[in-house]
Amino acid sequence: MLTFIIYKLIICVAVFGLSLAVAAYSTLWERKLSALLQDRVGPDRAGPFGLLQPLADGGKMFFKEEIIPNVSNKFLFILGPSLVMLTALMTGAVIPWAKDAYVGGTLYSMQITDINIGILYLFGVVSVGVYGIMIGGWASNNKYALLGSMRASSQMISYEIAMGIAVIALIITSGGTLSLREIVEQQDAGLANIVWQPLGFIIFFVCALAETNRAPFDLPECEAELVGGYHTEYSSMKLGLFLFAEYINMFISSAVMAAFYFGGYNFPFAQELYDAMGLADGSKWIAIIGFAAYFTKIFLFISVFMWIRWTLPRFRYDQLMNLGWRILLPLSLLNLGITVVVEYFRGHITF
Amino acid sequence: MQLTNRSKVVSNKVQTAMEQLYLPGILKGMLITGSHLFKRRATVKYPEETRPVAPVYRGWHVLKRDENGAERCTACGLCAVACPAEAITMESAERKKGEEGLYREEKYAKVYEINMLRCIFCGLCEEACPKEAIFLTDRLVDTEYEREDFVYGKSKLTEKVDKRIDVSKRQTLAVAEFKKLPGLKHNEMWDSKKIDKGNKH
Repeated sequence: MLTFIIYKLIICVAVFGLSLAVAAYSTLWERKLSALLQDRVGPDRAGPFGLLQPLADGGKMFFKEEIIPNVSNKFLFILGPSLVMLTALMTGAVIPWAKDAYVGGTLYSMQITDINIGILYLFGVVSVGVYGIMIGGWASNNKYALLGSMRASSQMISYEIAMGIAVIALIITSGGTLSLREIVEQQDAGLANIVWQPLGFIIFFVCALAETNRAPFDLPECEAELVGGYHTEYSSMKLGLFLFAEYINMFISSAVMAAFYFGGYNFPFAQELYDAMGLADGSKWIAIIGFAAYFTKIFLFISVFMWIRWTLPRFRYDQLMNLGWRILLPLSLLNLGITVVVEYFRGHITF
Repeated sequence: MQLTNRSKVVSNKVQTAMEQLYLPGILKGMLITGSHLFKRRATVKYPEETRPVAPVYRGWHVLKRDENGAERCTACGLCAVACPAEAITMESAERKKGEEGLYREEKYAKVYEINMLRCIFCGLCEEACPKEAIFLTDRLVDTEYEREDFVYGKSKLTEKVDKRIDVSKRQTLAVAEFKKLPGLKHNEMWDSKKIDKGNKH
């Protein structure tokens, strides 16, 4: 029992630390990539290749003056960023990071918890994240913050629908399971889901951009119109938490996309490679190689997120709603219909 | 009636179905930004790297010393008169006994100040100087926090005895002829090799 608790504690802390570290270095990579795309050099002063830049940024955030507006609701004002951060970190719990591996004779799962409603959990937690933004914007007692938070929450809610329907199609493809582990394992045996769900992937990807408030859907915090959007009144590390949560969300949604559509920790000819290396099932090395493969995919997704941000201009609010409700929603329904027909002929569903 | 051929027909064409999909357009845009990943960086990493400057660049002034390390400036004030921006002020003093190693002639500048915010770096002070004492160099004027700090005194202008500053780029034969300097051949500051080099460019 004690070893079980220690194991869970270790993996929880590991995922927690991983999320924070990846988010921190995403900020650096974002700045670096944006610089590269604009023929600049990017941060290179703090440490070798600017590797200490995230620490410098974080330190700066902590030393900034903490301002809580007099007219704000203090409890809710503090609750807002906390909730955003909490939900961002909670989503990492159901993601299978690698294959099970024997450590000291016992088989350990490289996942905090494999609940059989993993996808529902994920979507539930992500939806709660909207409350953080809404509460933060409302508690600021500032019209710009309120407008920004309303934009953010309406955007997230609108795109969750198309995203949810895209995921339903995915669930049908993977035989009705809601467990992320099983979805990933199925792609080990067969083809990656992207082959069966190309349209679903595009819809999911666009919705993921909107859900994480990334460009070209970053209008909840567009500086030009809303003075920073829902975090107008925030300063110091509370602002830092809002910004940081965005990067964690980006990391998690990249991880989810890689797991849903690109086979997570699997990669082509993985079994052949393991056989050639003489690795038995449950080997530590299989877990490590799988984790590296997974991370490569996540890294590529994060880079594409950033690449899009530094290429496309921002959507107007009506264009955003138009795209969400009148294009993506019918498209995802169409995708669902096509999936049902295809899966019927593949024999995955019967009537 | 068409007066010029500069007018353009306004096109207000409706998007085709392909264009309405946006995805091909987005992909095209991303390829354009992506291609910049491999382009040359425009950045000059300043303190480590500097931009190449023209050979006749006019920057931070230097008050030269002669070969013995004595200051050449005699505080005649011609530079201050020549200065169109009125950036130069000075106070003269008489050389005392025992100071022959410090000042070349009997009169010297006790205070010599150039206001770097007023200076337009035209180089007229250099042209006016009969003693070849002041030159503009290719050094950039530092940034400061206070306006007063831009008034450079002798401590910042006079060259150090052990750290001479090369002004051969601005001290060319053409300049010497223009100034009709006496004893050109024998003057210690006119190194013939440097003059040749200066003439070519």
